[in-house]
Amino acid sequence: MINIQKYVRAQSLEEAYTLNQKKKNRILAGMLWTRMESGNVPVAIDLCDLGLDKIEENEEEFSIGAMVTLRQLQMHESFENYCDGIVAKAVKDIIGVQFRNLATVGGSIWGRFGFSDVLTAFMALDTYVELYKGGVIPLEQFARMQYDRDLLVRVIVKKKPGVFSYQAMRVQKTDFPILTCGVSCMDGVCKAVIGARPGKAVCIHDDRHLLDGEVTEKKAEAFAEYVAEQVTTGSNMRGSAEYRTHLVKILTGRGVMELGGVRA
Amino acid sequence: MEHREYKSINKSVRKKDSMQLLLGKPVYTDDLVNNHPLVVKILRSPHPNAIVEEINTAIAKKVPGVVDIYTWEDVPDQRFTNAGQTYPEASPYDRLILDRHVRFSGDAVAIIAAETEKAALKAMKLIKVKYQILEAVLDYHTAKDSEILVHPEEEWVQYGPWGGDHKRNLVATERDSKGDVDAVMADCDVVIDHVYHTKAFNQAMMETFRSYAEIDRYGRLHMISSTQIVFHTRRIIARALGISKSKVRVEKPRIGGGFGAKQTSVCDVYPAFVTWKTGRPSEIIYTREESQIAGSPRHEMEIKLRLGADKNGKIRAIDIYTLSNSGAYGEHGPTTVGLSGHKSIPMYTGSLEAYRFDYDVVYTNLQAAGAYRGYGATQGIFALESAVNELAEKLHMDPTVLRDQNMVKEGMFMPAYFGETANACALDRCMDRCRQIFNWEEKYPVRDMGNGKVRTAGVAMAMQGSCISNLDVGSATIRLSDDGTYNLMIGAADMGTGCDTILAQMAAECLDCSVDEIAVFGADTDASPYDSGSYASSTTYITGGAVVKACEKLIDKMELIAAGLMNCSKEEVQFEGNVVKRLGTDQSVSVEEIATKSQLFNDESAEVTAMHTSPVSPPPYMVGMVEIELDKLTGRVDILDYKAVVDCGIPINPALARIQTEGGLVQGIGHTLMENVTYNRIGRPMECNFAQYKLPTRLDMGKLQVEFEHSYEPTGPFGAKSIGEIVINTPAPAIAHAIYRATGVWHRELPITPEQIALGKND
Amino acid sequence: MMDITIILNGKKIQDQIEPDMALLDFVREHGCYSVKRGCESSNCGLCTVLMDEVPVLSCSVLAARADGHRVDTLEGLQEEAEEFVGFIADQGADQCGFCNPGFVMNTIALLRENPDPTDDEIRAFLAGNLCRCSGYEGQLRGIRSFLNSRKEEK
Repeated sequence: MINIQKYVRAQSLEEAYTLNQKKKNRILAGMLWTRMESGNVPVAIDLCDLGLDKIEENEEEFSIGAMVTLRQLQMHESFENYCDGIVAKAVKDIIGVQFRNLATVGGSIWGRFGFSDVLTAFMALDTYVELYKGGVIPLEQFARMQYDRDLLVRVIVKKKPGVFSYQAMRVQKTDFPILTCGVSCMDGVCKAVIGARPGKAVCIHDDRHLLDGEVTEKKAEAFAEYVAEQVTTGSNMRGSAEYRTHLVKILTGRGVMELGGVRA
Repeated sequence: MEHREYKSINKSVRKKDSMQLLLGKPVYTDDLVNNHPLVVKILRSPHPNAIVEEINTAIAKKVPGVVDIYTWEDVPDQRFTNAGQTYPEASPYDRLILDRHVRFSGDAVAIIAAETEKAALKAMKLIKVKYQILEAVLDYHTAKDSEILVHPEEEWVQYGPWGGDHKRNLVATERDSKGDVDAVMADCDVVIDHVYHTKAFNQAMMETFRSYAEIDRYGRLHMISSTQIVFHTRRIIARALGISKSKVRVEKPRIGGGFGAKQTSVCDVYPAFVTWKTGRPSEIIYTREESQIAGSPRHEMEIKLRLGADKNGKIRAIDIYTLSNSGAYGEHGPTTVGLSGHKSIPMYTGSLEAYRFDYDVVYTNLQAAGAYRGYGATQGIFALESAVNELAEKLHMDPTVLRDQNMVKEGMFMPAYFGETANACALDRCMDRCRQIFNWEEKYPVRDMGNGKVRTAGVAMAMQGSCISNLDVGSATIRLSDDGTYNLMIGAADMGTGCDTILAQMAAECLDCSVDEIAVFGADTDASPYDSGSYASSTTYITGGAVVKACEKLIDKMELIAAGLMNCSKEEVQFEGNVVKRLGTDQSVSVEEIATKSQLFNDESAEVTAMHTSPVSPPPYMVGMVEIELDKLTGRVDILDYKAVVDCGIPINPALARIQTEGGLVQGIGHTLMENVTYNRIGRPMECNFAQYKLPTRLDMGKLQVEFEHSYEPTGPFGAKSIGEIVINTPAPAIAHAIYRATGVWHRELPITPEQIALGKND
Repeated sequence: MMDITIILNGKKIQDQIEPDMALLDFVREHGCYSVKRGCESSNCGLCTVLMDEVPVLSCSVLAARADGHRVDTLEGLQEEAEEFVGFIADQGADQCGFCNPGFVMNTIALLRENPDPTDDEIRAFLAGNLCRCSGYEGQLRGIRSFLNSRKEEK
């Protein structure tokens, strides 16, 4: 069990940031799985008073506060309309409504968890993270970064026109996925994002233009083969590397077909 | 089938505790304990086989809030078993409260008693233990006659003819046969010969193991335990502590599920010991992880099975060898294994010429197994029903038709079932009805749904028993209350199954009153009549029998008192529900008047206790059919429809029988498709919590439909047989069958994962 | 130790707590025994309470986070629960009962949000409420027969 010595509701990002510079202090997000952790936390820093629980929209982008819950995302019509519902599809199988009412976008993205449906889906979109000190950087870049003591303030999704799809393979319906796969085409550029490899999600761009023009099953298969070659998979309790690579092909192929023939 | 119209029997009465449960009232162990008992925690071994060389608790004891810490040096040295079984138990006496020799990764090393959970956990980290690490037996195939002994201790003892031998790592062994199996098999046109493997599935009841102890106002040890077996628990605690049973009282409140897990006294000895030592109330609540790694899961079994038939599908011979993995202790080891043969083979009594059933049960350095709904039958039926399906596929026969030809039918003598006769058996009607409601002809063929998906179906039959014949007992006390209502006291344990209500329905039927007029109490070793407890599917059948007897006796007593009131002989009066009438007259006295008289200048007690037991254990039967959609590319299996038709005799409460069936089916689906048990290199289950051990959710089970085909069991109360266990047996073989239909590959190990299906890997 | 104030079932509760106390343990200490712990991995849904009317896992919410918020447990929603739980009792689907409070709380949340859900919507909303006894189908039948009877009344 985790031992928290002091709980502080930060009244400003600066306060939260300053407290978070002590190595053992922790930012509180959805607070899930704290009972499975152990160790001492001198100060737990709660961001819940900072108004980061809103999804804001303007003509160019959606700005999603770090404390927005997964269920808020799932129920946000305008956002889901934009992304063809792939974020809702990605989060709807995460344990249950009560869990998704706690789990936050900030916690999910900051964690850069290998198993993350959320990271996979957002990487398929044109997504940026706003860090308190580090500024706004592309999610793909953030996903590759080492953990540091910065704060994730918002997740920004640009309304770049595109088509999107999301697939995940699970055994039990609300379990961690064995593999996740987001596919998107924006401005004629297509990519596949593969997560739960079991490592964290990676992005494979269609550099070879295998998907140019009308999508056919043959093209989808070729792209899926290509993605499978590019993605390193591993084994854990939920599946072997061999099976995961097999799934990369199947889910990517299906994901491409789901985009439909007409692409932006 | 037709049976008499009843007032309370075969009626879907609400459970007596339903509104209390649904409205969240405080009725479970931890809700009733508001006196801040000491928190009891267990330090567990990180090694699968080791000797505690040194253990130093001095620093840990200094943690503020720690009351005491106990090690092997502090506990009595009398060995016992935690198995809840009738004395003398078949399970060997192989445990101490704390043993210097720890036998699995998770075995208890020290007991910590503290004022708070935080203090206990802090102390746990500060206990210094030096282990002498021994080589462990982690593979049950190598356990028998291994040089490494799980129980080398000389005090090891087993009562009864079970064949256990701790010097050979054997918990039990047996050889049984009828006819010349090898000769018949040699003469068969087709022989199916395979090995089947089922794992140590966890009951995963929602309420983990827990138990509370206090010293009561008489200075006795009073336990409130989440248990199915109050009387066995009392015996186990008394023996473990080395005190008289008269010093121990065990009661159960409502229980948050059991499924057999709580037929083992998994954690009672710890708070019992702490409270006996300190004189203070104490409570242990297992974490989910402890329930998963130090509980009492199903026995892992490997079943070598040969099935011989002629080319027309007549099943002629069955040969089964079961290797059962009991883990580090022998609880339920000698008794579960028998069901893998004795409750599978008799289903094919119809045509069988010879059978052989041999088994070994071995010790390993893994978590000890225990009792789990199905109790060995589940494992055997997976093997046999899979083999029968394979036979049908091989012969290009409809597997339901093949079963029609071979199945046991009413009136048949069953040599493989201890020579019992199938007095009540509607298995044939279950098959007919299930075929009809499932639409078998249409669902069975493989249908291509496009995009790599196919639909098809599978089938299986099952049986179980209704008690442990010639052994267990059930009792009921029924008392006439002041106002003409009744109190029914039982020692059986309602663990959510509804037995309190079902037994009250029987009493109401006998006493010709409403179910509401029967107040039920159970179970408490001080206040309940002796009962073996709720297990072996026996409560309806055995304790129900006791209720009927008790009511008959009470009616006699009431007639006697009534005759006194009417100044006539007992022969002249007759009980008619709310009155006793004097025959041939219009004179009568009400039950309320009898009740009043029973408490006034009276020497005839209006309270009786009756006990019941049975020389037979009539099997319930069922048929299950599943339709799946299988994604050949990902290997994903979705259950679309599961239909089951059950013969449990006359269902006393059809709604509760239906829920039992549905719940059992979903557990079976879980074991077949998603609940896995794998071990790390020190033999600890990797699936140690609900993040890893995946129970089916309501999105994982498709649509269920359950029906009943009535038979009338002449030895059961109101024609009833059991329902609780059989219902878990059909999903594994039926789903494995459907997967074969979809893919052409037989999977003979559970669970069957999408990976195995997609990559075509079988057993 | 820190001071918090929670509106628990409509009553203002002020208390001193350890900063790492779970809301689950807090509400049990204040007499709300309906709230159960079934796991340590935020998986089972037994501990569901409403925080500001939103169903959450009280095992995973720090009591400190709930400071200043409204928390409702089944103890405070008896009347709302009584409207429909009888239909579940009629199915016998209460069974061992240990998952019932969490399941009932989440059903309340569902019916407040969506008074006329389809079977699939019910399954999806309640997917995070595990039950090992009932096989779920009886719970669904109970909710369905409640909804049907409510429609007939109208």
